[in-house]
Amino acid sequence: MQLSEHDIALQRLFAENRELIEKDAAPEVNAAREGAMEAFSKLGIPSSKVEAYKYTNLQAWFKAGYTQAYGLNGATSEALKQFECNVHELDSYTLFTVNGKFVAGSNVEALPDGVEAGSFAELSKKHPELLKRYYGSLAKVEEDGFVALNTLFATDGIFIYVPKGKVVEKPIQVVNVLTGEQDLMVNQRNLIVVEEQAQARVLFCDHTMSMSRFVVNTVTEGHVAESAMLDFYNLQNQHNGTVQVGAYHFDQETRSLLNANYFTLHTGVARNNIFSRLGGPHAENHISGLYVIDKNQHVDNFSFINHAVPDCESNELFKGVMDDASTGAFTGRIFVAPDAQRTNAYQSNNNLLLTENAKMNTRPQLEIYADDVKCSHGATVGQLDEHAMFYLRARGISKEEANILLMYAFAYEVIEKIQVPALKEQIRELVEKRFRGELDKCDSCVVCGQLGTGRVKSE
Amino acid sequence: MLKIRNLHAKIEGKEILRGIDLDVKAGEIHAIMGPNGSGKSTLASVLAGNEAFEVVEGSVEFNGKDLLDLSPEDRAREGFFLSFQYPVEIPGVSMTNFMRTALNEQKKYRGEAPLSASDFLKLMRDRKQLVDIDSDLTNRSVNEGFSGGEKKKNEIFQMAMLDPKLAILDETDSGLDIDALRIVANGVNKLRRPDNATILITHYQRLLDHIVPDFVHVLYKGKIVKSAGKELAYELEKNGYDWIKKEME
Ligand SMILES: Nc1ncnc2c1ncn2[C@@H]1O[C@H](COP(=O)(O)OP(=O)(O)OP(=O)(O)O)[C@@H](O)[C@H]1O
Ligand SMILES: [Mg+2]
Repeated sequence: MQLSEHDIALQRLFAENRELIEKDAAPEVNAAREGAMEAFSKLGIPSSKVEAYKYTNLQAWFKAGYTQAYGLNGATSEALKQFECNVHELDSYTLFTVNGKFVAGSNVEALPDGVEAGSFAELSKKHPELLKRYYGSLAKVEEDGFVALNTLFATDGIFIYVPKGKVVEKPIQVVNVLTGEQDLMVNQRNLIVVEEQAQARVLFCDHTMSMSRFVVNTVTEGHVAESAMLDFYNLQNQHNGTVQVGAYHFDQETRSLLNANYFTLHTGVARNNIFSRLGGPHAENHISGLYVIDKNQHVDNFSFINHAVPDCESNELFKGVMDDASTGAFTGRIFVAPDAQRTNAYQSNNNLLLTENAKMNTRPQLEIYADDVKCSHGATVGQLDEHAMFYLRARGISKEEANILLMYAFAYEVIEKIQVPALKEQIRELVEKRFRGELDKCDSCVVCGQLGTGRVKSE
Repeated sequence: MLKIRNLHAKIEGKEILRGIDLDVKAGEIHAIMGPNGSGKSTLASVLAGNEAFEVVEGSVEFNGKDLLDLSPEDRAREGFFLSFQYPVEIPGVSMTNFMRTALNEQKKYRGEAPLSASDFLKLMRDRKQLVDIDSDLTNRSVNEGFSGGEKKKNEIFQMAMLDPKLAILDETDSGLDIDALRIVANGVNKLRRPDNATILITHYQRLLDHIVPDFVHVLYKGKIVKSAGKELAYELEKNGYDWIKKEME
């Protein structure tokens, strides 16, 4: 493949700043840059000619011209005070990153003994054995140019480690803030390890706090060991000048349970790469998403569920409410390995298009090589039910309110998937606000109290 | 209360209502009968404001207002209620939320304060008793998975909650078992006041034993072709519609 001028500029940018990038990173993280360099020189930033990126051309956004977020870019802990005081709405352990960097001052002292949650840069040095075992084991540089780019530039992010048998009841809430006066490119790297019989609930809240343009390339690897459980939530509420590629690579062992939920409530361009490998018998996962977009927003959920062994179950549900000229895509790959008998794999993607201009591309991709498999998939694209609409109005409910009730009714199935009751209630409220058009206007996000921003004017 | 004059309505180019005249005064109960497909539900839908139907001629006055000029929600807020022949299932919208929203929007329209949470629940409880509706039903999504009879009971429950001035019950008796029919009829009778009125669309005399109408009308091919007292219903029960159809030819 021919690299674009921007790819070459990114390579140069890395070469020029390598010392700075590697200065505080763990040896394993630096060692991985070699392979990343080679992979990136082959892959570059994928164009829409790459099949997996067919519906989302990101090449135009990932230019070397953006300042790289190597440090906090002027965000002082003083500046962060303004939201720290707002964060107590959810009873959680709370961590912050600013422009991909961990910020001290988080309330994680009370974590159960042995459980770690904090800076990837620091904890990766403290736990070389975990890093050796897991870093880059799921998110492979040679498979995606974005993973290669991230692995090249990665310095910090979040590291969560729940040792064997430990149960963390309260959610670990990670507030990822993008801010600063400059347009920025951020390559955040996260690692979550949940060992045998351990449990964790992790919430990533992605926010923008200033009107700069942000180009984000995050990679999260999550390991869920035997009989362990991970509840993972991603809540995206960013301004329309944000372009975010989020890769989430999960690996599950025997009898493990993974719930992963993606709520895209506001953004510019969002691409989620969700990979989940069911690698031990009787592992089960529930992966769901809700995207509520309008204006020119674009959301592309790309998922790959890999049934590598027999007797596993996967459930996938993605729903979208799309207004104005918003566009979306969903790809649901399900792979069932030749001997993965007695697999149950369910998938559906339902979309509500509120205007004629909204466009959705949805494609299931099933590759089933075992014969004893229960697999279903379905995709729908539709409008609000006019009979239901009339029924509600005939009881005195205004058209606007009926719209909101019906949009919410459409979305609620995904909200129901949330396992943490307090979080469910807050996301429910947030989604309702979104439907009322109050979210981008409103002053704060009910989940983590983030201040909102206005709109970035498009170029 | 309701004054319909020469009402014509079409759907998909086909004229279904072909000159309806009807007067309903406060305190009255009217029954509309007529063969399948004659336009009874169409009349109800047009009055409720269903935009699928196009009114091509005529006028409808409701408590001095031009009903046809109002949006469906404003008709409801003015006190018009339709018990649907085929109530719609709305998964994901809870009965409680639905009723609270409807009631409070109606109150807002009339310039009244919204009900407090506890007053609302009290009203729900009270009205549930009136139509003897299972508590479990109001905890579910609107009509979702309700049996045919449960849906009809639910319509009357909504009517009891919203306390309309004029209610049209479109075949609310169909699908109800004998006890449910009595309960629903009792409910309607209890809600009856000198200042409200009811139009019953029905195929059966049975309902009219419980709710005694002041007038019975026969709708045939989009027109009211006969109007009389309650004895007309007995006659229809006994002899069917053939004699009316003959009279028309
Ligand atoms: N959406 C529609 N599209 C086309 N024709 C319709 C539509 N709705 C009603 N009609 C037609 O209008 C006519 C009157 O229907 P309507 O439902 O008003 O009859 P009805 O008197 O209520 O009958 P029933 O006793 O069976 O309930 C019928 O011929 C019906 O097929
Ligand atoms: Mg009918």
